[in-house]
Amino acid sequence: MNTNCSDLTEKYFRVNRLPHIWCPGCGHGTLMNTVVRAIDKLGLNKDEVVLVSGIGCSSRAPGYLDFNTLHTTHGRALAFATGIKHANPKLHVIVIMGDGDSSAIGGNHLIHAARRNIDITTIVFNNNIYGMTGGQYSPTTPYGDFATTAPFGNIDKPFDLCSLAQGAGATYVGRGTAYHAPMMQKLIENGLKNKGFSFIEGLSLCPTYYGRKNKKGNAVKMHTFLKDNCVDVKVLEKNPEKAENKILIGEFYNNPKPEYTESYQVIIDKFQNK
Amino acid sequence: MNSEKKYKLLQGNEACVEGALAAGMRFFAGYPITPSTEIAEISAQKLPQLGGKFIQMEDELASMAAIIGGSLAGLKSMTATSGPGFSLMQENIGYAAITEIPCVIVNVQRGGPSTGLPTSPAQGEIMQAKWGTHGDHPVVALTPNSVQETYEYAIEAFNIAEKYRTPVILLMDETVGHMREKLQFKDPSEIKVVNRKKPTCKPEEYVAYRPDEDMIPPMASFGEGYRYHVTGLTHDETGFPTNNNEISGKLVQRIVDKVEKNIDDITFYEEYKMDDAEIVIVAFGGVSRAAKSAIDNMRNNNIKVGMFRPITIWPFLEKQISAVSEKAKEIYVAEMNLGQYFLEVDRVAGKKCPVKKINKITGELITPKEITDAVMGGRE
Repeated sequence: MNTNCSDLTEKYFRVNRLPHIWCPGCGHGTLMNTVVRAIDKLGLNKDEVVLVSGIGCSSRAPGYLDFNTLHTTHGRALAFATGIKHANPKLHVIVIMGDGDSSAIGGNHLIHAARRNIDITTIVFNNNIYGMTGGQYSPTTPYGDFATTAPFGNIDKPFDLCSLAQGAGATYVGRGTAYHAPMMQKLIENGLKNKGFSFIEGLSLCPTYYGRKNKKGNAVKMHTFLKDNCVDVKVLEKNPEKAENKILIGEFYNNPKPEYTESYQVIIDKFQNK
Repeated sequence: MNSEKKYKLLQGNEACVEGALAAGMRFFAGYPITPSTEIAEISAQKLPQLGGKFIQMEDELASMAAIIGGSLAGLKSMTATSGPGFSLMQENIGYAAITEIPCVIVNVQRGGPSTGLPTSPAQGEIMQAKWGTHGDHPVVALTPNSVQETYEYAIEAFNIAEKYRTPVILLMDETVGHMREKLQFKDPSEIKVVNRKKPTCKPEEYVAYRPDEDMIPPMASFGEGYRYHVTGLTHDETGFPTNNNEISGKLVQRIVDKVEKNIDDITFYEEYKMDDAEIVIVAFGGVSRAAKSAIDNMRNNNIKVGMFRPITIWPFLEKQISAVSEKAKEIYVAEMNLGQYFLEVDRVAGKKCPVKKINKITGELITPKEITDAVMGGRE
């Protein structure tokens, strides 16, 4: 395991593809870092790791990383990933999506991948906005907040992505943030270890669009907001009052169930043994 | 070769799966839709018995995405659908084209637009097959007219997809999908199976989208040690996105050229009683069966009529149609739409001889009598 940043960069990044395109202060770089550290911690073989993304700011992450990488169409990352995993279950398939990518245009694919419990680790970089296209409201933009397509305040109600994934059948669910990077890394590690559909939401931040539109201050202030307003879900056990008006983070659900490609293999084996 | 030929009475849709399996299909993702559903059902039944994979996806957008993923992971992949599903698949057909990932899309055409006539035949997606996905892109579409041909051209569809690294559309119609005829299975030794070209270099030397002289880059599967990047963005030889205008133009030109410039290799057609034909009926798929019957009837009345039947619908068989127009006095294009293939025939042949339409959009096959009436009516 490497902890030194430059060693990790050398080992896992396509250095010639850097610098990345994300804005100064964006949380996505930190979240990408946690993905790399989790893969490193588990010592996965780079040749067997597949990173799949959709479209948007988040989707650029795989291009910077030295694995088998697939940058697909908007919202469809999980459908492509399902094909890859089903065709070759030996591969470690990781999907990186954005909030609009995963829950607006890709919402149907998300719930069905979760329902199948196919062994894919899905990580959503949630910045509460469509950043790449210039700051339109997404399914996770809070009620009342502003966006370029919500100039008078957003009247849509936001998704709780973790509840959505858990309700749809994900067997491992957690939420970290770009501020709580070690926790985020741990959640991804656990997600990768889970033989089934794992869903990890990473709260990111977009100072350029969401922050500016909603007067959230600079990137430091937005990180501070995450620090001050997120509490580990564990507090619910002994001090539930500490969770009041806070954003819950941590491991929400860990309940392994039969995995899709393993179940399919059982069918194949029936014929092989005949 | 076995001395005993293997025959079976099968539907076109069943023959499609038999051909696909013979070509090496080991991955199928689809969504139920009439009149193509049997293709998914039989794939679900047969694939696991061969160690292959079937999956029913949540919709056709996902089905198309999944077969691209399956192909990238190394399995020959197919999906099957009909009009409404074909519309949804257009998004990722374009993705397969620009990323050059081989796959086969079967469209058993039914009446449209929209939900249309789910159980009735049509040929309304001739132009959609070519222009359905946005941007310039290569298209190969094959149209069988019998159970036997469905089997054979399903094999051919895979071979073309693998050889040229491009999506191939098997454009059936409900008539062919649901007709039952004798299928003569080929012995595996008789079947030419083409597999995608793989890189022979070391992984660190692999430049994923650098074409060989044949314009086709060798393709590694994910997991084989060649770690590379695939994107639907316009990309350079390394596979990474570029905004360079020259490189972007060259990429699109190459993926179109690799198909168009090899058109002779993917040209399939039939000529029926064409030697002395003065009147030529251009027909394909189910309609060509009625056209044959009409031609036989008219020949009994000493009308010099024949048929040119394109099996390769796209790329358009310009050379052959042009040759037909040199000899013909009249051309009739008979199709179950309002005149889609006609547009191309008229573009090429219209300068040499009159090109007329015989169309039907009622969800019924054009009958031999309707073809005869159209041709004979034009002669009175």
